[in-house]
Amino acid sequence: MERIPILKMGHFLLVTIQVDMHDQLALTLQEDLTTRIAKERSRGVLLDISALDVVDSFIGRMIANISSMARVLDAETVVVGMQPAVAITLVELGLPLEGVHTALNVEKGMALLHKRLGADL
Amino acid sequence: MAREASLGIRSAEDIVRMRRIVRDAAIGQGFSLVDQTKLVTAASELARNVLNYGGGGEMRMELLSDVRRKGLRLMFIDRGPGIPDVALAMKDGYTTGGGMGLGLGGAKRLSSEFHIESKVGEGTRVTITRWK
Repeated sequence: MERIPILKMGHFLLVTIQVDMHDQLALTLQEDLTTRIAKERSRGVLLDISALDVVDSFIGRMIANISSMARVLDAETVVVGMQPAVAITLVELGLPLEGVHTALNVEKGMALLHKRLGADL
Repeated sequence: MAREASLGIRSAEDIVRMRRIVRDAAIGQGFSLVDQTKLVTAASELARNVLNYGGGGEMRMELLSDVRRKGLRLMFIDRGPGIPDVALAMKDGYTTGGGMGLGLGGAKRLSSEFHIESKVGEGTRVTITRWK
């Protein structure tokens, strides 16, 4: 079965979405990621969506779900690299992703996680 | 390029394929990146409705151009159960399928023109147009 790879980077997990997401792939990712957070005791998740040229309400909901699930498992999620056209469209669609942390790129996302978790790591 | 095209929507993979076809057509019509993204996103919402609520169906695409402007018209057709209360279904947050209830309202906001016809027991037809 097709899967999106999850890379461990110290206390964090990095997920880079590089394929056009279909629905089953999105659901599989939610399950895989929550399992890995628990297994690796990860404190942060970087979700790189810079390659996605469309985020519809289904994928948007997946992003919000991942963020909520991770929070319940004591991990912070940062969505990185959203394309400007995608950001404009998401807000107009009615899905502003409130409560989801964002950063312009992976490096800034990593810095944000370090800042938020600070001495806790 | 053909002035018209149609595509069956029977699986999640068909939605991915449809997004690519609509994107290519929008590029061909000279849409800006933001306009391409809005149209493809609206199409994705409506195609998902066809699949999840209509039991599958088809998308028909028409390239529009007159002396002043270019556009794209997309029609989403299913022969599913139909929508008893279209006004209610258009409201953000209303869903019968466990989604977020943003599909129809969101697709309308992302389009220049939006038209919906639905008959209970016969199916639903949603037409959106976006002008460059």
